[in-house]
Amino acid sequence: MAHIVIDENRCKSCYLCMAVCPKGLIKKSTHINNLGEYAVEFCDPNNECVGCAMCATRCPDLAITEVHK
Amino acid sequence: MLVFETPKSFKKDFKYSFCKGCDHGVAIRLIAELIDEMGLKGNTILTTSIGCSVTMYDFLDLDCIEAPHGRAMAVATGVKRAKPDKFVLTYQGDGDFASIGLAESMHAALRGENVTAICINNTTYGMTGGQLGPTTLMGQVTTTSPNGRNREYYGYPIRIAEQIALCDGTAYSARVSLDTVPNIKKAKAAIKKAFEVQLKGLGTGFVEILSTCPTNWNMTPEQAHERVRNEMMKVFPPGIYKDVTEE
Amino acid sequence: MAKELIKGNYAIAQAALNAGCECYFGYPITPQTEIGEYLSLKMPEAGLAYVSAESEIAAINMVLGACSTGARAMTTSSSCAVSLMQEALSYAASDELPVVLVNVMRAGPGLGSIYPAQGDYYQSVYGGGNGDYRMVVYAPSNVQECIELTYKTFYTAHKYRTPVILLADGVLGQMMEPAEFTQYSYPPVDNSSWALCGANGRAGKKICSYGPDEAKHIQHVKDLFEKYKLIAEREVMYEEYMTDDADFLLVGFGSIARHLKASVKVLRTKGIKAGMFRPITLFPFPEKRLNELADRCREVMTVEMNMGQMYTDVRLAVNGKTKTTLLNLRPAGEWMSVEEITEAVEKSTEKIYAGI
Repeated sequence: MAHIVIDENRCKSCYLCMAVCPKGLIKKSTHINNLGEYAVEFCDPNNECVGCAMCATRCPDLAITEVHK
Repeated sequence: MLVFETPKSFKKDFKYSFCKGCDHGVAIRLIAELIDEMGLKGNTILTTSIGCSVTMYDFLDLDCIEAPHGRAMAVATGVKRAKPDKFVLTYQGDGDFASIGLAESMHAALRGENVTAICINNTTYGMTGGQLGPTTLMGQVTTTSPNGRNREYYGYPIRIAEQIALCDGTAYSARVSLDTVPNIKKAKAAIKKAFEVQLKGLGTGFVEILSTCPTNWNMTPEQAHERVRNEMMKVFPPGIYKDVTEE
Repeated sequence: MAKELIKGNYAIAQAALNAGCECYFGYPITPQTEIGEYLSLKMPEAGLAYVSAESEIAAINMVLGACSTGARAMTTSSSCAVSLMQEALSYAASDELPVVLVNVMRAGPGLGSIYPAQGDYYQSVYGGGNGDYRMVVYAPSNVQECIELTYKTFYTAHKYRTPVILLADGVLGQMMEPAEFTQYSYPPVDNSSWALCGANGRAGKKICSYGPDEAKHIQHVKDLFEKYKLIAEREVMYEEYMTDDADFLLVGFGSIARHLKASVKVLRTKGIKAGMFRPITLFPFPEKRLNELADRCREVMTVEMNMGQMYTDVRLAVNGKTKTTLLNLRPAGEWMSVEEITEAVEKSTEKIYAGI
């Protein structure tokens, strides 16, 4: 099952990943991470992720550490 | 199936010190991915430079030497001449490569040193807080061009990839951008080519990467990528300016 | 090997090869250009690296790169061009790289002239680069010593992982005299713990001077100075001539010391108990021995071809024990003659003996 793994403490909340996800599966978190940022979360209740890895390719901080297809 | 993971060439506990949305992070990751994929880790000597780029040696688990400001290509020349079987890479900003270090950069390319240079062009001096640099666009406001760059006071920006392509020792010179996912993939392909020409002993490999500095541009990361597309690419068109393997 | 008539610059170049120099990076400047010319012929033949650098700045940085891999690398230059290298020398000291630099001095300041001079004492000994660091400095006084001290320069640089300067001058570089290429007999130095060769099956190594961590940076500088202290304890070199009973001491370094020796001989025939003391290492300066000698001297006269640079160190070493004077009739150009030196000494001793 395609999914991504996010290391939320690497996320600096640039939100570039949210803009590139073709399915809109990445959302702003409601809590603050170790860097003092509202990090992003992977929300895929309907298993829509296709494992395209565009989010990981875009992320400048390697906060998306794994993409499974 | 795992289709993406953090490259093995990164240190286990690395912490990027770059600002939010800075494309340095992407550029370094692409380099690390290629070092992994091409099996170069155990044979690489990295030459970093001065500016935000210097911090690269804190993230990658490679043998590294820090060059004085602008001298990365001279230091890399020394490394390569002493150990010709090593894979030698420089990672520099545009101020380092094309302002203070222009002589070292061009002469290394003229000698055709078998090294690869990656240059981040973000049209400003990032680490010191956004001053006018060699690639600052006409009209661009920086902390040392408060009324915008004009010809009378500051002269013109340099087109680095085109200049390096003019050097006879250059095997590959390209300009890429990191503004979109497809362009990031193209950037990786170009860096790979610049690695390969060194491995084949064809001469200097060079890639100029159009990059963002959201903090000093006073923009959001998204706006910064729009600026790369709408302003930088007009003056610095992406493309392959020299590739001896295609000639 | 038998003695042969050899020019100082060629002696240094061949001695570097004998010492195992693998890489040379240089840019022409009078009066040391023959070193690069000689090596440009010999090194490619031997499969060694020779690069005509685009500037002295590039040359010294190429040495930095080569040294980071543990290679024996050298650059040679002269005075005003050595000024261009100061940034990289400061880096090399902080990076603890075994950089070998030969400075065949000419006259300054600025472009100056190609006359011989000794005006780079401060630049070499006290460093022209930024921050707290020292460099070991060897000052030969004849062509034979150009050979021996080139060997020593390579060995010391690698043994202590620190930049070392061979400080010659235009006279030595250009003169020919009989000398012998002795064997380079220093032991090999193991650099495997720090030299860069690729992180193969081990963690990456980093050679850098940037220290954003305050405590680590302070410790690093302190460690450097512990090393310099060790060098000062172990590596001091000097020459004494007729100092056993001397009550008038002439102090000089480099080629001018040849005239000091000759002057001592002349002065002895005139009943003046002169002696000569010649520092061979300018850093570490042989201050302890000079201080001892000052005990029984009525005067310590520093003779040098500059406005009195080593004189600073001589006065610090003598530390007020006796009278110190400076003889520097010319800061550049023709070497002070034996006549000029003996005349000055005689004038001075007249005063001493008259009790003035």
